[in-house]
Amino acid sequence: MIKHFGELTHKEYVSLGFKCGLEIHQQLLTQKKLFCHCPAGLYSNKYDVEILRHMRPTLSELGEYDGTALMEFKTKKEIIYRLNNKSACTYEFDDTPPFAMNEEALDIALEIAILLQCNLVSELHISRKQYLDGSIPTGFQRTTILGVDGKIPYKNKKIRIYQLGLEEDSCREISDAGHIRIYNTDRLGMPLIETVTYPDIKDPWEAAEVAEVIRRLTRVTGKVRTGIGATRQDVNVSIKNGTRIEIKGVPRIPLIPKLVHNEAMRQKSLLEIKEKLRKKGFSNTSYKANFCDVTNILKKTKYKPIKEAIENSSLVKAILLPGFKNILSYETQPDVLFEQEISDRVRVIACLDTMPNIISTETRGANLSHTEWEKITTQLGSKNQDAIVIVWGNKQDSETGMKEIEIRAKEAIIGIPSETRQALPNGTNGFERILPGPNRMYPDTDLPPISIADKRIKRISAVIPEPPWKKEKRYIKLKLSEDVIALLVVSKYSKLFDKIVNDLKVAPVLVGVTIIQRLKHLRRKGVNINKISDAQIYQMFEAYKKNRFSKEIIPALLEKIATLSDKKSTVHYELGFEKAYKKLKINPISIKELQIEIKNAYKTYAKVLYKSKVNMRPRMERFLMGKIMNKVIGKVDGKTVRNELKKILNNYGR
Amino acid sequence: MADKYKGYRGEAKDKLIEQKVRVWSDVKIDSTRGKFVGIILPRAETSDDSHIVIKLRNGYNIGLTVNTIKQITETAYEEANYKIPEKEFPYDPKKPNVKLLGTGGTIASRLDYRTGAVIPAFSPGELYGSVPELADICNLQTEKLYGVFSENMGPAQWKGTAEAIAREIKKGTDGIVIGHGTDTMHHTSAILSFMLQDSPVPIVMVGSQRSSDRPSSDAALNLMHATKTAAESDIAEVMVCMFGPTSDEYGLLHRGTRVRKMHSSYRSTFRTIGDIPIAIVDREKITTLRTDYKRRRKDKKVKLNTNFEEKVSIVYYYPNMKPDIIESLIDNEYKGIIIAGTGLGHINKPLYEPIRKACQKGIAVYMTVQTLWGYVQMYVYDTGRDLMDIGIVPAANMLPEVAYVKLGWALGQTNKLEKVKEIMLTPIAGEITDREPHDGYLIYQGGLPEISKFLKSCKK
Repeated sequence: MIKHFGELTHKEYVSLGFKCGLEIHQQLLTQKKLFCHCPAGLYSNKYDVEILRHMRPTLSELGEYDGTALMEFKTKKEIIYRLNNKSACTYEFDDTPPFAMNEEALDIALEIAILLQCNLVSELHISRKQYLDGSIPTGFQRTTILGVDGKIPYKNKKIRIYQLGLEEDSCREISDAGHIRIYNTDRLGMPLIETVTYPDIKDPWEAAEVAEVIRRLTRVTGKVRTGIGATRQDVNVSIKNGTRIEIKGVPRIPLIPKLVHNEAMRQKSLLEIKEKLRKKGFSNTSYKANFCDVTNILKKTKYKPIKEAIENSSLVKAILLPGFKNILSYETQPDVLFEQEISDRVRVIACLDTMPNIISTETRGANLSHTEWEKITTQLGSKNQDAIVIVWGNKQDSETGMKEIEIRAKEAIIGIPSETRQALPNGTNGFERILPGPNRMYPDTDLPPISIADKRIKRISAVIPEPPWKKEKRYIKLKLSEDVIALLVVSKYSKLFDKIVNDLKVAPVLVGVTIIQRLKHLRRKGVNINKISDAQIYQMFEAYKKNRFSKEIIPALLEKIATLSDKKSTVHYELGFEKAYKKLKINPISIKELQIEIKNAYKTYAKVLYKSKVNMRPRMERFLMGKIMNKVIGKVDGKTVRNELKKILNNYGR
Repeated sequence: MADKYKGYRGEAKDKLIEQKVRVWSDVKIDSTRGKFVGIILPRAETSDDSHIVIKLRNGYNIGLTVNTIKQITETAYEEANYKIPEKEFPYDPKKPNVKLLGTGGTIASRLDYRTGAVIPAFSPGELYGSVPELADICNLQTEKLYGVFSENMGPAQWKGTAEAIAREIKKGTDGIVIGHGTDTMHHTSAILSFMLQDSPVPIVMVGSQRSSDRPSSDAALNLMHATKTAAESDIAEVMVCMFGPTSDEYGLLHRGTRVRKMHSSYRSTFRTIGDIPIAIVDREKITTLRTDYKRRRKDKKVKLNTNFEEKVSIVYYYPNMKPDIIESLIDNEYKGIIIAGTGLGHINKPLYEPIRKACQKGIAVYMTVQTLWGYVQMYVYDTGRDLMDIGIVPAANMLPEVAYVKLGWALGQTNKLEKVKEIMLTPIAGEITDREPHDGYLIYQGGLPEISKFLKSCKK
C-alpha cells in the first residue's frame, strides 16, 4: 500500500534514502531580453504571425542521438510559434544571431551569485543546452555559469549551492494536442537565473523550506520579477536504488512536499514491481511482447472510445505483456496505477491524447465485453500470468503506441526510467519526457566569452543588499513574530522599517505589524497602498512618537493617506499625513476630557444594561469600552481608556 | 607535441607549462575565486591570452583568469577524439543517381562540442547518418572539391566547379547538387550559368543558414529539397534551392542569374529579384511557377566555357564619390567596370571625366542599379544620355553581381568591346529579362497590410 503524504516521519524518509535537490528559476527584472533588444515582461496572447518548425536531433559527441532528442523526433510534432511584433523579433525565431548579452541582467545575476557566496567564474562562456521539445525555436537554450559551489545558512546547517546560471527563458506553451504543439514567444529570451542546490535535502518539508530561503534571497535584491510564472521550481528526487527524477515547473512552493513525497513513493513502488518481475524470471534483454491487430475482433464493440475510433478508421492493437498480471494495477502513487505510466507514454510519444488512450485486462470499470476479451486473449495466446493492453489510433500512431508500450514494460524490469515528470495539481506527477543525457551542452559559437573583471565584482559587492539570513537574525532579536519576519526580510519596506526603528526608536513590533500586516489588510480591503509613500509612513511614526495620536488609529490613518494621495491634485503628495491627521480629527484629549466621555457613555447606556439580570460587570465593561473607543480612537490609547473606565465603574459601585 | 597547448599563448600558456598540465588534462584548480574541477579545453586562437578554459562536470565551459590561479593539479588525462558515424548509403537501382559536390559551408556538419569547431559531415555515409531521408530520394555520391567559406570562392574555384560538373554530366549523372556557403552562392550560381550552358540535368546549389549542428537547422530540409530537385525535377538549369518561408514548409528554386542573398541571417534569405522563382519544392512534390525553363534531356552534352578575365570590378556609387576611385581602377589596368548607380542608373558629374577616360582606354563600363529591382533606364534624364554618350552601356535588369561575373566571363572570351557588348546584352540564362511580372516584387517580400494578413493565416 502506498503511504500518503503526512504518514512518514523524517526518520522513515532517511531510511528510504530520500534525496532531493532543487533548481530554482527566477526571472530578472530587466527592461530588455537577454540576447536581443525586445522588451521583457510584455505578455499577450495576441499574435501577428505563426511560424512552423520541426526539431531534428543532432548527433552527440559519440555519434549517438540523445534519448530525449530521439523521443521528440519520434513524436513527429509540428511546432508552431506565435509572434507578437511588440514582444519578439527575428532573434526569437532564430533568424538573427544573438546580440551581446544584456549587461543589466548580468549585473543582477552577479549580485545574486555573490549573495549565494559562489566561487565566481572569471570568463563567461555561453553554452547551448539542447531542448528538442520546441520550447525554444533554436532547439537550444543559451545559458552560462556565473558561479559554482556557493552556500547559504539554513537553520543549523548550510545549503550547498551547486551552481548559479544565467539563461534565456523559454516559450510559453499554449497547447499540445495530437501532432501540433503551439508556443507563444513573448516570454522567450527573458533573462532567467537558475539556482541549483546539491541533493542535500533529506525530507519533503525541508525541500519547501530551502526553496523558500532561495526565493527570499533573490527577492532581497529588489531586481527580480514577481507574480505568476516569475519563479518556477524544478525538483530532483531519488531514493535508495532509485533514479534521479526531475519534476518540472512546480509553480508554488507549498506544493513541493506532497509532490516529492509521492515521487519517492512512486520510485519505491517501481522498485517493488521490478523485484516481482525479476522473481518471475524476466530480464529486460530477452523480454518480448506479442502484438496483434484486433480491429476486426472489435468491429462491433459497444465500448464507446474504441467504437468511435474504428468508425474514424483507426486501427486497434493489442499488446500481450507476459508476466504483467497484477502489475498494471499496482499502485504507484496515491490512486494512480502502473497502467498510468503506460498511458502517459502513449499520450506523449504516440500523440494519442484523447483519454482513455489505452485499456487493459486490469482496467477498472466497464470496457470491452467478456467475449471480446476472450477472443483477444485466445488470439494472443495469453496465459494466466500475463496482461493485455489495447491501444488505438491511426496506422502510424497506433504502431508508435504499441512499440512504446513494449518499451515501457521492458523498462519496468530495469527499474525506474530516467524521466522528467510534470507536477499535477493533486500532488501526483505524470510523464513529461525522457531525461536528457549529459551530452547536450555545446559551446555557443555565436558569442565570444565575456570577461568578468574584479572591478565589476567590487562595484556590485559594494552595494549588495544585506542577506536575508542576517536580517532575519536582527529581526529575531527585535522580537518580531515569525510571520512578520518572513515577509519583512524580502519586503521593499525593510529599509524603511530599519530607518523608523533606528531613527525614531518606535517599538519594532508595532512598526513591523504596521508595515507588513496592516498594509496587507488594507490592500485586501481594496485600498491602493502604493499611493502611500515611505516618507508618509515615516512622518506618521514621527507624529506617533510625539504622542499626537494613539496606535489604534494607524489603519484608519493609512487608509486616509492613501485615499487623499489618490486625488493628487488637491493634496501635495508628501503632505498626505498631516491632511489625513486633520481629517480624522484625532488631536489628543486630556484625561479629564476622557473621563467626561466615559461618564456620558455610562449615563446613556446604563438603563439598557441594567435590564438584564446576569453578572453584568464584564459585559458592561466590554460594551462601554467599544462605544467609547469609537469616539476617542486615536486621541488616547486603549489602555488608558480601559483604566479610566474601570475606575469610574468602580466608583459607581456594583 | 604542438597541440599540447592548443590555442593558448602568452601568460596562459606559461601557466599551463609552469603547472605541468596541458589541454585535455582533467584538473583541480585552486584560485582566489575558489576551487574549480574540470577538463582543460583548447582555447580559440582569437581569444585573449589571460584565461584558461575548463569544462565543468555539468558540461558548462568557464574561463579562469590566469592571475587568479594558485595551483592546478592534473588528476587524469583523456584526449578527445571525434568521428561522425558512418552508415553505408543504400543503393537502389530504381532511384536516380545524384552527385553532391562540396565546396564548403555547413550544409552537413556537427559541432565539436568541446572546442566549438564545426566538423563537416560529407561522405555519403556521414550524410546518411545524419539525414537518412536522403536515401528515399536518390542514390547519392559525393566529392569534396574545396573546403572554403564562400567568401573565399573565386575564379579558380568557379572554373574547377564547372569542370567537375561537366565531368559528372558526361558520366551520365541524373542531377548535380552543389553544397556551398550561402554568402556568395549567388555569385557562383551566376557564373556557373555562363560557364556551363545547355546542361541536360538540374544543377542545384544548396547551403544552410543555420548550421546543421543545431536542432532547428534548415540544412537537412534544404538538402532533401535539393537532392529531390536534382533527382526528379524537369528543370535543367543552374538553380539555388533554399527556404521559401522561414517555416519548415518548402524551398524555392531560384534561377541562378536572378537570385540574391537578401538577409544576413534569415533562413529564407534568398530571393528571386525582378522576377518570380522557377518552382516550389517540398518533401512530396515540385510545383513549377513558370514554364520558360530549360527541360531535362537524355543526352550527356553540356557546353563548358570557363574563360574568365579577373580584372573586373564593381563600383557601388555613393553621393560625393570622387574621380580618384575610377582613376585608380584605370591606373591598375582594370579591363571592366560594373557601376551600381542610383535610381535608374545615375552617378554624379565629377565621375564623367574619369569614366570618359576609361572608355577611351578600352575599358568596358556597364551600368546596373542599386535598387536591384527594376531596369536601368538612361534616357529619362539628360544625365543618363550624357553617360551613354561617354560610353557607359546600360545593362538592363541584370543584377550588379551577375553583371560583374558576366563581364569577367565575356572579357574572358574576347578583347573586342563590341563583341563584349553583344555577349553582355544577349541573355544566356535569364540574367536579362524582357519584362517584369506584376507580382515579382510583391510575392515573397512581405510588409504590405494584405500580405501581413495573409502571413497571419498562412504560417510564413
